[in-house]
Amino acid sequence: MRYTKKDWLLAGLTGLSLAVILLLLAVLLGQIVWHGAPVISAEFLTEKPGPDMISGGIWPAIYGTVLMTLLMTLAGVPVGIATAIFLNEYASPRSRLAKLVRIAVNNLAGVPSIVFGLFGLGFFIIFVGGSMDALLYDDSAPVWGKPSILWASLTLAVLTLPVVIVTTEEALRTVPSDIRDASLALGATRFQTVYKIVLPNAKGGILTGVILAVSRGAGEVAPIIFCGAANFLPYLPTDLRDMFMHLGYHVYALATQSPNVDAARPTLFGTVLVLLMLTFSLNLLAVIIRSRSRAALRP
Amino acid sequence: MIAVLALTAIAAIALIFIFIAREAVPMFWELEFTEEVNLRDLFFAKEWKGYDEPVFVWQPVGEPAKFNVVPLFVGSLKVTLLAMLMSVPLGIGCAMFVALYAPRAVREIVKPAIELLAGIPSVVLGFFALMVLASWAQATFGFHFRLNAVVAAIGLALTIVPVIFTIAEDAIQSVPQTLTEAALALGARKYQVALRVVLPAALPGIAAGVVLGFGRAIGETMIVLMASGNAAIVELFDFTTSVRTVTATIAAELGEVAQGDPHWRVLFLLGVMLFAVTFVLNIVGDLAIQRLQKKLTAS
Repeated sequence: MRYTKKDWLLAGLTGLSLAVILLLLAVLLGQIVWHGAPVISAEFLTEKPGPDMISGGIWPAIYGTVLMTLLMTLAGVPVGIATAIFLNEYASPRSRLAKLVRIAVNNLAGVPSIVFGLFGLGFFIIFVGGSMDALLYDDSAPVWGKPSILWASLTLAVLTLPVVIVTTEEALRTVPSDIRDASLALGATRFQTVYKIVLPNAKGGILTGVILAVSRGAGEVAPIIFCGAANFLPYLPTDLRDMFMHLGYHVYALATQSPNVDAARPTLFGTVLVLLMLTFSLNLLAVIIRSRSRAALRP
Repeated sequence: MIAVLALTAIAAIALIFIFIAREAVPMFWELEFTEEVNLRDLFFAKEWKGYDEPVFVWQPVGEPAKFNVVPLFVGSLKVTLLAMLMSVPLGIGCAMFVALYAPRAVREIVKPAIELLAGIPSVVLGFFALMVLASWAQATFGFHFRLNAVVAAIGLALTIVPVIFTIAEDAIQSVPQTLTEAALALGARKYQVALRVVLPAALPGIAAGVVLGFGRAIGETMIVLMASGNAAIVELFDFTTSVRTVTATIAAELGEVAQGDPHWRVLFLLGVMLFAVTFVLNIVGDLAIQRLQKKLTAS
């Protein structure tokens, strides 16, 4: 079809907006890689930070981020997958409960991350932790009722819950209903059908969703500011009740509270690059699994 | 069993609200609060000692402490609206270009690129705005303050564009082919089809994207905390001054307040208000998406 001048104008304007976004993305990634890459060395990745937080490495922050992410996954993902199975396999589409759960999931996805931080503080630390202290110990220094890697991980587990649910449900929906019906017609129970037929077929999609959710949780900082992230901690957390260093929180603290930001610049760029590599490698893994599972679904 | 697990999402929403409100509501009867703070002063202007007219002030460490939430909400709205002014045209432009004009090869690159942008942790975008954009913007536009509403808004726009893009692109793609073909057959130009047929048909979906993007922007914490300068100034129309938002205030101040202090209660009240605002925005956005789906499946 022949394009008129106005067609070119519209295509040009919309194309320009795309170019602006891609340019910003390129500058962002370029700057971080350009300034960050020279900083990264074996020492930077494996050593503890010096007392000024600028010299030395960021190993405790890497360790803390990975440990927190693992705990968060263990706590949140099973619940998320179970919810999605309930919504897609058990509940009838018109059931009031299913509708209510869907509304809750959608709203949970939109709750600001800082509000999750207040929730973690008000619920996990003050209410749950405080009650545990009151029950288990006489009046002394708080044992559970204080910020720790456990409470931070649980808070983030709630934050990532809607992402897990929505993506798992999408994966379950791609499983054709014929094979469900075939399984049920052969006399399999609902549980057997889900466990032996639906889940194996949706495995790739579910895994993709879980990884995307985990990657989102790994980079969140606002919820953990009051729930367990530490400014400077030269040792590694060994107990659920320990506080921990986090790559994202380290970037925030160093960039805004350091007395000498210019001296901190290289360390900052290096830390940001490590954080980005962590989240991007998770995203990349998700993309690879997704394309593989799509290829496997094709006849 | 599985239905019980599915209730977690509903329970989470309820618990978030209850346990944030639980830390805020004692302000209505607690002597420690009512003796120090007048509830009216939280929302209305007052002529404090040393001022010659009624003013809205947030000055929690002043003597007496002044907790007026108006400057914070004005700050949040200012940054959010500015970010929307940038990201709505950019997001819709990108979506139109990808859905209507882009050759397949471009589309295959753009979609993962935008997903990549969506996967960048907000602390990294805040860092980018603080370290790179702020200096560039000051050199280019000659801002008096290095950190200001414009810089924070650019950073925010980077998080909202993927939200608007994804939903708008979905909406545009889901406009039935028959509509565009009919218009083309009647002799309409491609740009006329785009602007007068496709865009109006996809409008509810695009509107939903804008509403959800707005909710995301007003709740975003790390970017505004790092790049907005954080001075609580009620200057409605000057976008080059530094601003302090609701989210940044909670994040920056809660760590330094004793539990149960009046300041602590007001910060949780801010959390409740933020939760309420995003809750309403999410419901509105979801309704718009549902209406679009109904409309398109009916036609």
